[in-house]
Amino acid sequence: MQSAKIVVKNLYKVFGGKSADVMRMLKSGEHKDEIFKKTGSVVGVNDVSFAVEEGEIFVLMGLSGSGKSTLIRLINRLMDPTDGQIILDGQDITKLTPKQMVELRRRDMSMVFQSFALMPHRSVLDNAAFGLEISGVDRKAREARGMEVLEQVGLAPFAHKYPHELSGGMQQRVGLVRALAVNPSLMLMDEAFSALDPLKRSEMQDILLDLQREQRRTIFFVSHDLEEALRIGTRIAIMEGGRLVQVGTPQQIIENPADDYVRNFFKSVDTSRYLQAKDLIEVANPPHSGRPGLHVPPSCSLPDVLQQLLGQSEPLQVRDDQGQCLGLITPSSVLSKISQHRLQSTATH
Amino acid sequence: MADISTQDMLPIGDWVNKVIHFMLDHNAGAFDAIGNTIDWFATMVEFLLLGIPPLVMGAIFAGVGFWRLGWKFALFVCAALGLIWATGFWGQTIATLALTLSATCVSLLLGVPVGIWCARNKLVGMLVRPVLDFMQTMPAFVYLIPAAMFFGLGRVPGILATVVFAVPPAVRLTSLGIRMVNKEQVEAGHAFGCTSWQLLFKVQLPIALPSIMAGVNQTIMMALSMVIIASMVGAGGLGNDVLASIQRLDVGLGFESGLAVVLLAIILDRITESFGHTPTTRAAEQGS
Repeated sequence: MQSAKIVVKNLYKVFGGKSADVMRMLKSGEHKDEIFKKTGSVVGVNDVSFAVEEGEIFVLMGLSGSGKSTLIRLINRLMDPTDGQIILDGQDITKLTPKQMVELRRRDMSMVFQSFALMPHRSVLDNAAFGLEISGVDRKAREARGMEVLEQVGLAPFAHKYPHELSGGMQQRVGLVRALAVNPSLMLMDEAFSALDPLKRSEMQDILLDLQREQRRTIFFVSHDLEEALRIGTRIAIMEGGRLVQVGTPQQIIENPADDYVRNFFKSVDTSRYLQAKDLIEVANPPHSGRPGLHVPPSCSLPDVLQQLLGQSEPLQVRDDQGQCLGLITPSSVLSKISQHRLQSTATH
Repeated sequence: MADISTQDMLPIGDWVNKVIHFMLDHNAGAFDAIGNTIDWFATMVEFLLLGIPPLVMGAIFAGVGFWRLGWKFALFVCAALGLIWATGFWGQTIATLALTLSATCVSLLLGVPVGIWCARNKLVGMLVRPVLDFMQTMPAFVYLIPAAMFFGLGRVPGILATVVFAVPPAVRLTSLGIRMVNKEQVEAGHAFGCTSWQLLFKVQLPIALPSIMAGVNQTIMMALSMVIIASMVGAGGLGNDVLASIQRLDVGLGFESGLAVVLLAIILDRITESFGHTPTTRAAEQGS
């Protein structure tokens, strides 16, 4: 059983003062638009509760103005919540003093920004080692660590360049390196790849997934791009107007969107591309599960499943790590799933 | 009833006189201490600069010009300094340079910290702004007089009056530079665990450097223009010659001494401006 890295309970953020009044009105069930009319205060985050598991990539999705950028900043307290709890590794961080918060940020968490937010006066290496410098690591040690991580993402040859001499994709790789260099157990990524062109974006997603395979960290990722969320997210949370609408695995969200807002995200997205072997199973727990034959892992992607099925008369087995057969895939089960998804995505147009 | 326009209904002038005289009577010791410190500092700067032989001084300026701006500017520096030397204004020009640098030092020592404070505290920023407007637009002669009353004639009131005139751009451009630092860059500082001081010295000031350097440049230019006027209270330097030319209606002398001021101004302006455009600060100007 995985343990929760972050537990957020009944979190609120009110902008514009009169927070006590606003909280009372919210708790008596008034709508945030009414509250804005009466008090001029904006409710950014409205009674949000969720948990992020250790080692997962938790993607928070929403349109602009949905409060996702506020929510991510509450988690490392770049903004202070108005009410509620944020429990990180069992400790309620809303109660920490500013000094304790500085300690926590140095030790345990880092952040990647949409605009990269590199320091233009520092070389790539000095940017990479920024977090370590701040926490007082001596030059030799922090530069060694900076180089190590730069090498991981293929930026070592650029260590002594300045950020403005690099392309956008490379600059964000430096942003990623800066966040990784402090070896945090939690990484916050605010629209980290949104400013990049699609090609660079998927390249960065691959780098992130590769890094995650080498060393699992808990990643809290804010995005407005569903394809990105489906690609990298272990679980996805969808936010609208300051509230959390739905939390679930990509498959759960594709299969059962909570409402039209969620369904709208799927417009023009071919969700069948994100199907995995375990979603395609026709006969679960078949009787002759022990027999030999072609098999794939549950996370096998659709193209790989199709490749395996091609020219086979036998159904394909889905086996977990222990070799246990979870179910069978037949050409007709694959076809019906794909057509179901295609229909769904065209129906919403 | 008397004509309302001739009646002094609000005698601000009287109040100011009273305050000035009260300060003169009760705080003379403090003014002496400030005056002596500034006098000591300015004397030292002038002594050091006058101690350098003209040729060496010329070589230093030309060298810095070559380093920052290339050989064309170095050539200009040589010609300009040669002209000043040949017209016989070398000593006065160096005295003016010393005054300008002394006043600039004091201005920056005051202006940069106040600018930082303004950027970090909205209330302070709001209160300081009208004071800066006052300092910049109040005719300079108006505060030359009380300065001379407090500190006597000579270098000190000249430098202080100059500081009053030259501080505002240092405050304004420091404050502006810090406020213009990208919000996410500041957040990045916080997110990686910067303390307030670390944020200032490792994020805000370095990124604001081009703007602060523009403030330094403006401060120097303002100081140079003011030390000329400050010759009226006996600050010395090229201002004395300008003043003499006015009193004697000697247009030729006025032109020669004025030309020396202009040449010195161009040299100082171009050199200090170039320090705002180092390779790394150029990146900051492009933003991120």
